[in-house]
This record gives sequence, structure tokens and C-alpha cells, in this order.
Amino acid sequence: MALFAGPVPQARADDGPDAFTGLASKNFDTVANAIRALAVSGSPQAAATIAALESENLYYDTEVDGAPAILIKQGSAYIDARTGKKPEAEISEDDVNNVRVNNAVRRAIEEAKGGLELFSPDAATRTKAANDLFKSHEPSSLKMIARAMATEKDPRAAAAIQQAQAAALLTSSEGSDADRIAAIAILRARGDVESKSLLQSLHDQSKPVAAAADAAISSLARIEELWSVVQSVFYGLSLGSVLLLAAAGLAITFGVMGVINMAHGEMVMIGAYTTYVVQEVIRAQAPGLFGASLFIAVPLAFIVSGGIGILIERSMIRFLYGRPLETLLATWGLSLILQQAVRSIFGSSNRDVGTPLWMSGATQWGGLTITWNRLTIVIFAAIVIAALMAVLRGTSLGLQMRAVTQNRRMAAAMGIKTPWIDALTFGLGSGVAGMAGVALSQIDNVSPNLGQGYIIDSFMVVVFGGVGNLWGTVVSALTLGIINKFLEPIAGAVLGKIVVLIALILFIQRKPRGMFPLKGRAVEQ
Amino acid sequence: MRVTPNNSTFGRWLRGTALAVAATASIAGYSLQAQAAEGTIKVGILHSLSGTMAISETTLKDVMLMLIDQQNKKGGLLGKKLEAVVVDPASNWPLFAEKARELITVDKVAAVFGCWTSVSRKSVLPVFEETNNILFYPVQYEGEESQKNVFYTGAAPNQQAIPAVDYLMETEKVKRWVLAGTDYVYPRTTNKILEAYLKSKGVAAEDIMINYTPFGHSDWQNIVASIKKFGSAGKKTAVVSTINGDANVPFYKELGNQGIKATDIPVVAFSVGEEELAGLDTKPLVGHLAAWNYFQSVKSPINTKFISDWHEFTKKPTRTTNDPMEAAYIGFNMWVKAVEKAGTVDQTKVIDAMIGVGVPNLTGGISTMMPNHHITKPVLIGEVKGDGQFNVVWSTPGTVVANEWSPYLEGSKDLIADWRKPMFCGNFNVVTGKCGGASK
Repeated sequence: MALFAGPVPQARADDGPDAFTGLASKNFDTVANAIRALAVSGSPQAAATIAALESENLYYDTEVDGAPAILIKQGSAYIDARTGKKPEAEISEDDVNNVRVNNAVRRAIEEAKGGLELFSPDAATRTKAANDLFKSHEPSSLKMIARAMATEKDPRAAAAIQQAQAAALLTSSEGSDADRIAAIAILRARGDVESKSLLQSLHDQSKPVAAAADAAISSLARIEELWSVVQSVFYGLSLGSVLLLAAAGLAITFGVMGVINMAHGEMVMIGAYTTYVVQEVIRAQAPGLFGASLFIAVPLAFIVSGGIGILIERSMIRFLYGRPLETLLATWGLSLILQQAVRSIFGSSNRDVGTPLWMSGATQWGGLTITWNRLTIVIFAAIVIAALMAVLRGTSLGLQMRAVTQNRRMAAAMGIKTPWIDALTFGLGSGVAGMAGVALSQIDNVSPNLGQGYIIDSFMVVVFGGVGNLWGTVVSALTLGIINKFLEPIAGAVLGKIVVLIALILFIQRKPRGMFPLKGRAVEQ
Repeated sequence: MRVTPNNSTFGRWLRGTALAVAATASIAGYSLQAQAAEGTIKVGILHSLSGTMAISETTLKDVMLMLIDQQNKKGGLLGKKLEAVVVDPASNWPLFAEKARELITVDKVAAVFGCWTSVSRKSVLPVFEETNNILFYPVQYEGEESQKNVFYTGAAPNQQAIPAVDYLMETEKVKRWVLAGTDYVYPRTTNKILEAYLKSKGVAAEDIMINYTPFGHSDWQNIVASIKKFGSAGKKTAVVSTINGDANVPFYKELGNQGIKATDIPVVAFSVGEEELAGLDTKPLVGHLAAWNYFQSVKSPINTKFISDWHEFTKKPTRTTNDPMEAAYIGFNMWVKAVEKAGTVDQTKVIDAMIGVGVPNLTGGISTMMPNHHITKPVLIGEVKGDGQFNVVWSTPGTVVANEWSPYLEGSKDLIADWRKPMFCGNFNVVTGKCGGASK
């Protein structure tokens, strides 16, 4: 390559400052303009430089002869951004400044990357670049888009480029009315929030164009309304599944055993901290396994929380059976002890539990945005409940549990070790709470207070659903979730919550045993 | 909804348990509360070490212990050693008042450093007034208050919220505003001020969306979706967040997951600092903003020293510093200087001596205590970086004087505070010429 030659790097050969020089500035606008200039400069180093800037690895040094040096940091060494080689001048660490980035610069980076990647050999990259250009819709990119359009073969990329072109055309002052109306039609067909946003930002259009835009906006708004109902249902399901996870363990300890366990939230919290510890170990020992960290954490959280649950049952709760008030107070005290213990061990600040890559981000399905972490939690909740049902219905342990809770003395007479079953049942409930903690660590703070936020909701779900009935808990969690999510946009989050609570109180007044009360002699005890 | 111990027999019992637990778990904090030696000056530290607020307030207790330790190494104050008296009000607002009274009447402290939430401050105000002691309050708050016995070293709204909105208006050309907050006094008052301010700048009512959520709100899905929808009206939109404490992490996670980037809809927060970001993967949040008077990333020799002292004192080389810590630092140094100036710890004399005292702040300037009992501070806007720190993108050229009474609110625009004689009033109405005119 010609870049090898000569003591003067090629990019500096022409007169005046090159596109790189503007990067050596404390002024964000100057940097943003330099990026735009760099993107169209055709320099082979442009892409690498912009990528370095995006990852905050770009530095400059004005203490050199001639134009300021622009440097890319790689590990602990610097390379010259203009040439991609080791810098000729001696670089002293004290003179090197980071090229600082703000949102204006970041927008310029996105735009520039969109432009550069529009000619990438990979069709998916080109589609993504066209989508970025659609978002930035700068009139200045029209020429470049036209160039890309001429050579584009891939149908999906071509469609994306066409949309980008329509967007840029509409924001520019070019194009005849017919062109503009055609562009509006393309946006209308795209049919998402961004198209609507763009159409709404158009002002001072000629009459037919304005009319077409208005028609497109109202059609898009109608579609949006429809989708928002579907969206609320999904949000409700997702909130419901979180409630369900938090309440499932309680449905066992409170619902089946009748123990008012105020430390239930802390079992959830311990599950979340188990996830944190698992991730810390993985980060230190085997970073490659990070994607699987949650799969490792789920059984561990079950064992840790379940183990602690058994310990609590054996050392405390078994002395308090049949004395609900004492149990309430003792477990409340216990919850404070557990919180403070975790605070002493891990510190009072939030712990950073990472989200594996496969769980972050969202997917667009029509007008519906589904975030992967929420979807995963919905599925996880379904699996947990199915497993719980299977244990209760299909195993001998489940049979013994049900026998003990229905008629303790008869069960004992049949040779079941009731104390042992009590401990295992409590352990199972606590273990399920621990697994819920793994899921909650993905959406909430991992702090000593994590459990407190869920304890009231959990009791609400179990009582509403009908104590002792797992199906009731499922239905109640999902109902409460969906009601909440439909009320929230209308009444606001605070009032929505109050309305739900009042409705629940009224409901419990009418039906004290919840939606699906248990029937039969066991209830009468 | 949090389970906070309350005024019932049950509540009192719980509170007892909470205290017992806190006492056993934080013996370290109490060890300094040794038997009162002759010739020491006692300083009260009133921060929650358990309960919901422990996450924020424990840090302030630690920083106070460090400052007192440093002062003692420098030879103490007025030739005497300082002695910290730490109590734990357990995030329980009425308990703040009880503990404050205990510090003042039983331990006879010379001054108290403490409180975080506005409601805890309001709860202790009558105690300080009655006993004529001094409280240093180190957190940014909603303003609309100036008390003889309180020195506010955090920011008033015009030292944080208003400059942040100005920044967004000027550099990001924001035309549409979402004011999102937790449902309590600080966000409500701040948003009231901001709403009036935005309207005075010509923002139409339909371009302002106000949303409140309960404490610890964790399901942000449809609020974030509605912000996204609100932002799609073809005008540049920004979110001004007064969301407090625990609710921030799920809020930012949801923003990241729904793909709202700072380049599309920037969020500027007034309660999110380095400490809150510690529990987050900040990569999806890069570019979101926070307005404070101090960031850990500020480059100044005094800040570098403060950070290294902090790491040495806590023996944790990664522990972050934050804005309320700086406010505590300034407050403590001001008190020391005022006591030296007055030559006594007598509260009446120290309160008089406080006004006009200037001490270096950590951003390289000087903060001065003004007659309204608030301090001058620079305002900085920072953008979140990938490593959980902030990149300062804008700052005021000098320091800003606090408007304790907001000029944008009907009830307070005619009020001023001046604790110098002869006015000596925290809510002087300049229209009627009377003290205590239209105050709440």
C-alpha cells in the first residue's frame, strides 16, 4: 500500500488540516463535524478511527510538530489513527487527551457508521446501516443512499434503503410533490412509531403532501392504538409472571402449610445474591460461561434458599405451629436479621448482576416490542409452576405433603414422618422463592431490600387466588398483572396500585377464601 | 409499597427489633461512641444504617467518620479532639426526631450532620429549633425552606434542575418533556418548579408529560413504552427524572432493553450518581445524563486526594464517591472554620459565624455559605460512561447562588431568606415587608 511510503503520512500530504485534525478538540461540535468530514473523506482508516471513538479509545496529542496526532489506544500502546501504524513521534502519556464524546458526537458517529456500512459486503450489515440512516434521516445522506440503491441486490436491504431514502427525502427540501407523496406511502407501509414520528415532524408542506401525510398519520395512529392493547396484555402477563414467581413459594409455605412467613421475601433476595455470587465466580474463573450463568444459578439458588428454609423450619418455625401471630412476628424479625446479615456481608449498595447477551434487548413483532428478559421470565415462570405441580401431584413427596396438610394425625398414623415432611415442604417453598430471586435479579435491584418489595404483593396474590390452591395463585397473579397494566396508563402507577388494593379488599370482604377456595373437610380445621 | 414500621403497637415492636438488629450488626459504627472523655467536642451523625435508606446514607456516615478522623489527626478543633456519636434512625422518619433529641440532650453534641430524605429533615426541624442546635443537611432537595438551625449544603432546584433543563434546551434542542418522578415531596415540588419554568420558556402544556410512580417501583414496561410513544410526536424529547433510589435500576434496565438510546431520548437524572450506577451494567445507558455539583471523575488535585483518602479509609480501592459526600465534606469544613472563627462551639455564635464562611469544594473552586443558609456551588452536567462514571460535558463558568424560595412558584416568589441581623428571617416577604408572610 502507498501508505508505507515516506516520512510524511499520506493523509497529511495535502494542504491544510485533514479531516482527522478536527478530532483534536474539546469542542463537541468541532468533533462531530470532523466525524462527518472523515466519513466522506474516503480515508481507509476512517472506519477504524470512528470505531475507536465510539469505544472511547481515541486520543489526541497536540504536543507534537505539525498537525495534532490522533491516536487509537490498543491495550496499553497507541497507534496513529491516520496511518494505522506505530506513531513516529514519541508519545508521552501526560500529553495525551481522550477525545471526549457527548450525545451530539454519538449521533454523528451513528450517522457516519451508517454511511460507511451502507457499502459493506454483508447484506445484514447494510440493512442495519440503512435503518440507522432512516433514524437519523439527514438530507445530506441522500446522495450516498442513491449510490447504494443503484448497486443493491438483496431485497431486504433494498427495502430498508428505500425507506431511508424516503425519510431523507421528506426531511430535505428536494423532490416533487409526487415523489414526496410516494415517500409518505413508503413510510406508511413501514408502519412503526418512528415513521409516525417523522411524518409528524413535517411542516410547511404543499397541500397535497400535507393531506397525504395527515392521512398516513391517522392510519398509523389507529394501528398503534390496536397494538397498544396487545402490548398491555403482554405487559400484564409479564408482570403477572413476576408476581407468580414471587408468590409461588409462598403458595406452598403459606398456602399449603399455613405458615405466615414474613421472611419469604428474604428467600427471594438470597436467591438473587446467589446469582450474583455465581456470576462473580464465573467472571473470575471462566468468563466464557457467562451466558450460562443463570442456568447454573437456578439450581444453586434453589439449594441455598431451600437449605436455609429447612434450617429456619427446624430451628424456629416448628415451635410455632398453630400460633400465627407469633410466627408472623418471629419471621418478621428473622427477615430483618437476614437483611442486615446480607448488608454486612455484601455491603449496602446494589450489586451488579449482569444480563447474558441472549436475554438483553428486544424483538419487534408487528407493533409489539417484546423484551427478551421479560419473555424469558414468562417462560421460566411457566416452567417453575409446571415443575411444582408435577412435584405436588406426581411424586410420593407431594402425596405425603398433601396428606400431612390435610390430616396430620392420620398421616402420622400411616407412617409418614410428619416433622420431616414439614421441613421438606418449607424447604421446597423457600427453594422456589430462591429460583424467583434468580429471575428478579434480571429486572430489579439486587440489594438487601429486594425481598421487601415483593412480600406484600406475594401475600396479595396468594390470598386473592385462594389459599392452598396453586391454580388459584396462577390465575390470581396473571389477573392482578393484567388489571394493573391496564389501569396504569389510565390512572397512573400510584393510583392504579391503590385501586387494585381497594378492589382486592372489597373482593376479600365478599369472598374471604379468595377466587378458588379449597373445599372439603380439610378447610374446616 | 414498602413495609415501613409505623405508629402502632406492632410498629413499635418492629422498630425495637429493627434497632436491636441494627445495633448488633453495626457494632463497628458504634465503637467510636466510646465513653465521653473529658475535653472532647462531640459531633452527632444522624444517618440511617438500616432500612431502605441505608443504601445511600451509610456512605455519608463513613465519610463523616473519615473527616472527623482527619481533623483529629490535624490536632482536633480548638485544641480538643472531636468525637463522633453515631446513631441509627433506621429509615424511620419519626425515629429521626427521637434520635436527634437523644444526640442533643443526652450526648450534648455540638452539631449534627445528617438526614437524607426531605421527610426526615422535616421531622427533625422542630427538635433543632427547640434545642437551638445545628443540623448540616448534605443532600440536594426541593428548596422552599430556610431554617435558622439548618445549613443546606446540597443543591437547591436552581443549582441542579434548572441548569440541566437549560442545557437540554440549548444543546440538545429538546422541545418535549417528560417529568418522571417518585411520588413524594422532592419530585413533586421540583416538577412543579420545572413545569412553571418550562411554561415560562414557551413550552406548551401538551408538550409536558408528568408521571409519578411509587417508591421502589419495579415494573416500568408500559411507562417506558408511553415515554417512547410520547417521544414519537416529531419533536425532540427528553426525560427529566426525579426517580429516587431503588426504582432507578429497573427503570434504566427497561430503557436499555426497549432500545431507547440517549441519542434518541436522553434522560437527565437528579438522583442518580456513581453509587446508584454501581448496581448496573451501564453500557446500554451511555450518554444518559445526570446533573450534580460534583462527579467522581472531576479532575482536580483536591478531588484526587479526597478519593485516595476515601479508598484508604474504607480499605476498598474501588468504592465510589458522590455528590452528597462532597456536600458533607463542604459542610464539615465550614463548621470547623466557623467554630474556629467564633472560638467556641456555642451554637448561637457558630450560627452567626457560619455566614460568609468559604471553603474549597472538590471541583477546584470555593463554596461560600450565604445568608440564606445555602451554599454557592458550580453546576455540572455529566454523561454516563461505559465504566459507570460520568463524563462532564458542561459546567457553569462559576458558582451559582441558591434560590431557596423558587421564583417560579406562586407561593414563594416574593420570599427571601436572610439570617443576618436585622432581618434574621427565613421567609421574608418582600412585597408585604413582613417575616413569615406567605410561608407554608
